[in-house]
Amino acid sequence: MEPVKNAVKMVGLTKHFGSVVANNAINLELHEGEILSLLGENGSGKTTLMNMLSGIYYPDAGQIYIHDKPVTIGSPKDAFANGIGMIHQHYKLVDVFTATENIILGLNEKGRLNLKEAGRKIKEISNKYGFEINPEQKVYDMSVSQKQTVEIIKVLYRGADILILDEPTAVLTPQETDKLFAVMRNMQKDGKSIIIITHKLHEVLEVSDRVAILRKGEYIGDVLTKDADQQSLTDMMVGRTVSLNINRPEPVDPKPRLEVKGLTVYDELGVKRLDDINFTAYSGEILGIAGIAGSGQRELLESISGLYPIAEGEIVYHNPKSEKDENLVGMDPMTITKAGISMAFVPEDRLGMGLVGSMGMTGNMMLRSWRNGKSFFVDKKAPEQLANEIWRDLEVVTPSTNFPVRRMSGGNVQKVLVGREIAQNPAVLMTAYAVRGLDINTSYTIYNLLTAEKMKGVAVIYVGEDLDVLLELCDRLVVLCGGKVSGVVDARTTNKRDVGVLMTRVGGNEHEK
Amino acid sequence: MFEFLISFIPRAVMQSIPLLYGSTGEILTEKSGNLNLGIPGIMYVGAISGVIGAFFYEQSAGGNLVPFFAITIPFLSSLLGSLLMGLLYCFLTVTLRANQNVTGLAMTTFGVGFGNFFGGSLIKLTGSEVPSIALSATSNFFRATLPFSENLGWFGQIFLSYGFLAYLAIIIALLTAFLLRKTRTGLHLRAVGESPATADAAGINVVRYKYLFTCLGSMIAGLGGLYYVMDYANGVWSNNAFGDRGWLAIALVIFTIWRPNVSVLASILFGGLYILYLYIPTGTQFAVKELYKMLPYVVTLFVLIIVSLRKKREDQPPASLGLHYFREER
Amino acid sequence: MKNKALFHIARRGELPWLKAWLIRGAAILLALLVCSLLMVLVTGLNPFDVYATMAYGVFGTARKTWVTFQKLAVLLGISLAVTPAFKMRFWNIGAEGQVMIGALACAAVMITLSGVITSNVVMILLMFIASLAAGALWGFLPAFFKSRWNTNETLFTLMMNYIAIQLCAFFIILWENPKGAGQIGIINAKTELGWLPSLAGQQYLIPILVVAILTVLLYVYLKYSKHGYEISVVGESERTARYAGIKVERVIVRTMVLSGAICGLVGMLLVGGTDHTLTTTLAGGRGFTAVMVSWLAKFNPIGMIFTSFLLVFLQLGAKEIASVFFLNESFADILTGVILFFIIGCEFFINYKIEFLKISKEA
Repeated sequence: MEPVKNAVKMVGLTKHFGSVVANNAINLELHEGEILSLLGENGSGKTTLMNMLSGIYYPDAGQIYIHDKPVTIGSPKDAFANGIGMIHQHYKLVDVFTATENIILGLNEKGRLNLKEAGRKIKEISNKYGFEINPEQKVYDMSVSQKQTVEIIKVLYRGADILILDEPTAVLTPQETDKLFAVMRNMQKDGKSIIIITHKLHEVLEVSDRVAILRKGEYIGDVLTKDADQQSLTDMMVGRTVSLNINRPEPVDPKPRLEVKGLTVYDELGVKRLDDINFTAYSGEILGIAGIAGSGQRELLESISGLYPIAEGEIVYHNPKSEKDENLVGMDPMTITKAGISMAFVPEDRLGMGLVGSMGMTGNMMLRSWRNGKSFFVDKKAPEQLANEIWRDLEVVTPSTNFPVRRMSGGNVQKVLVGREIAQNPAVLMTAYAVRGLDINTSYTIYNLLTAEKMKGVAVIYVGEDLDVLLELCDRLVVLCGGKVSGVVDARTTNKRDVGVLMTRVGGNEHEK
Repeated sequence: MFEFLISFIPRAVMQSIPLLYGSTGEILTEKSGNLNLGIPGIMYVGAISGVIGAFFYEQSAGGNLVPFFAITIPFLSSLLGSLLMGLLYCFLTVTLRANQNVTGLAMTTFGVGFGNFFGGSLIKLTGSEVPSIALSATSNFFRATLPFSENLGWFGQIFLSYGFLAYLAIIIALLTAFLLRKTRTGLHLRAVGESPATADAAGINVVRYKYLFTCLGSMIAGLGGLYYVMDYANGVWSNNAFGDRGWLAIALVIFTIWRPNVSVLASILFGGLYILYLYIPTGTQFAVKELYKMLPYVVTLFVLIIVSLRKKREDQPPASLGLHYFREER
Repeated sequence: MKNKALFHIARRGELPWLKAWLIRGAAILLALLVCSLLMVLVTGLNPFDVYATMAYGVFGTARKTWVTFQKLAVLLGISLAVTPAFKMRFWNIGAEGQVMIGALACAAVMITLSGVITSNVVMILLMFIASLAAGALWGFLPAFFKSRWNTNETLFTLMMNYIAIQLCAFFIILWENPKGAGQIGIINAKTELGWLPSLAGQQYLIPILVVAILTVLLYVYLKYSKHGYEISVVGESERTARYAGIKVERVIVRTMVLSGAICGLVGMLLVGGTDHTLTTTLAGGRGFTAVMVSWLAKFNPIGMIFTSFLLVFLQLGAKEIASVFFLNESFADILTGVILFFIIGCEFFINYKIEFLKISKEA
């Protein structure tokens, strides 16, 4: 075997954000011609580390070597100059530009701007690695996977030989993921060195040669993929064996609470997002919604909450107070909330919906209660009291109930959100990604809260990313795939593999326009 | 009818030139993501700076003006004045990340005041003996047309009867259109205005682009002021005479949907609307003239509404217009 | 390691309000210093004399003081008007036009109904309704298009300004008095019909009181009412607002109608209370100045009393300098501009801190 050569070597890289240490003295190597998985939980510092390699952030301390030469990467330009190209999780593309314009953006090639010539070169690259792309297409007309393709070609066009992909599969369908992996292998054959950031273990095992693990800003170690399995990787990633052991009591007196019948919705562009969805949520149980990101989870929850226009179907709610059946379709969000349906949706940026970043806990409690009473003025006392209760009971870390939630850390923000929704005493409690980015202990706090609600007879709907949690927390699972229900299973008797198959079931998930 | 056009078109064109400069400058600025509401003030500064330059040159040269200096001195001092304004705007909004609307309005207050102050006090401050600022000698150089243009009848009247700044305005507008659509720099500039984060990630120096093109835009807009005072107003400065042309220039930006080449003709349309009332027989109803003056704004408003109704992506304002960019904002 | 960047800019946490105001105070002092330098350079005058003259121009006599308060009331009134919209992140720079259209409506009532109505109370009531309605309409239009089709409100309101001003110009000539004068002259000069009455012998007292009450009302409205809460949430995020059951379109329209109506009211105070005539420069750019007043005070109605006072002080003070030292009146705008630049710039140091990397702590 030849001696390994390092494409990248990082020594002692450190980065602070205020008082938070995002990366602490990280040492990492990427060998030439290998696919390295950078594994770690949300918030473990993977993206920060890679951003220093791609010139977005500048390290506070440490040294980077590219092909064994010490380099200073102060800007994305320096990164390009060193053959480094990063494909960010949030695509950095200009919507009103064509693929070609985006790809050549920032380049200072000699001669006049020649889009035709560039388009030809793009075709060449596409053919070499197996991409499908139309150089003339505008980005706003593209699907997520097409945008990703543009991003990858962008760095290849620049002649990058070191590629960093930040959670590239999070938004892809299984087929698209397979295609991506095939492309990655083609690139590897061509001598490129690739880092893929991910926290999906099966992908790590499938595509990479070696795995490096970060945990809470620290470098934990690396392992050859052929020597690793899910268990060992999980151990390194979370620091100890996860035996989730979520307390799951039997459902109490389950009765139909919410029946979704034939629900179909389209987005603004006319793309079908939900296709004939049918399921029933029972009181006293936790109904899990499983599926890869973007399978229609958000649309489903927003439809039930009255925030999404519904094309067809019924949502029948058996109101426990009036003991009458109500069709929620066509009701406005306020009426639906009043009827006892709560939604806590934690979006990727945590604040996007459900919380007002510039307000404190009290102001955010008012988001649910502001309209109470006939007075022209808002009642601040009750929300203040509720804020204090949540502050105390859920151990929210904040200097005061007026401290802007935007400045709180992610976990605390989520506690505020979930805590408030539970405090509404809903009959149906919907949460999405409630533990996104939370540490283990806080996650358990949330699980216990949800289970307590279930025991009170609430119909809990839990949208989650982590299959292990879904399998141990929920009573039943609805599996979504491409906007359709691909299966409803009993969480106690099914297993991860079966659910995984349902999540990626081929057929019925065509994304027609 | 033909007679009417021969007298109407040249006047409409003369009205259009300050608007064309202003809108070309503002388009460049807005394409970099800066909504510069200081343009009206900058045009005043461009005008008064040119006046100051010409004033001192006329004072020092006595009666013997050298054509070269008589043109370059006001021209360069106008450019310098509006450049300084552009720099100030950039320093506040880009470097210090101040609110663009507030900064722009403050610049307009300052610029209009600056123009009127020096326009009104220049004579007193310098203790010179002329009764008013009438830079007719300088103005003659700015208004010089091709010697044979008068012999070409209607053709000469419509196309060749203007000073060099008028042609320069059209050239700059066409060059700007070319820059935006056909060059790498234009592509990068549009990216900065649409999505600075994307441009930054692509290795484009966002701050440099914003500074460069906002300042360039200011300088172009300032020339509009210079044209107005040196050519249109025959070198006579009078306070507030420039009026609301700066705002009309901003309206023109929307009207042309950020296309400087369209602006060449659209500005003439605006200029025409602006003076149409002079040609409409209103009889005794002088008041109706004021309604005609309203037309450019009404028309622009309709364009704004129609564009937003059509929702065509390419016709929308630059996506990051009015927002500042900070790479590490988390 | 080679340090490429010598300093690093980071967003600050909450800065204690005292410190924040110290920074602002320092900025104003610095601005005054620069203005002094400017004065010495340009005019050769002693800046202390000039500032003393300015103060005299503002508070020198009882008459001057009343004028100061009247101007303050007008600017403050318009600033209050634009504030609810700004809190909603609706960039209404059309206050100028909303004031003008309110003034036009007021003048219209005073002129056209002067032969029909004889009761001053009825007249003033009609003026009040007409001005409010006209201002509200001018606020409604951009809000309607914004809420339905997301039409850019900054540009929309900007256009509406000139439409209003040209409408005024049209009617001024239509109603010119005497014929051929090109201006309206004092409306109902003999009958004083529709003139707001003097209070305690003071002609300006009523407009001042109206704005004072308005300030308190708006403060309470924004801080304690349900509407105020809705405005804050919409300003933060439309998605969150929808989630909370707030009808965003309705809030946008309602708030802009309110903004426009208050502007209309100020227009009425100007025509009926102080000027008793209509000119195209009645608002005099104060619709734009109000944007700055509101922003400088961080959209706090109480803070706006101070920021609008600052600007009125500069305006009137500079007017005094102009007449005493035979300078051009526009000097006021230069001073205002310089001071604004400093205050605008200093916000950066309140919101951000500059960390010099060399002295950053070791981890």
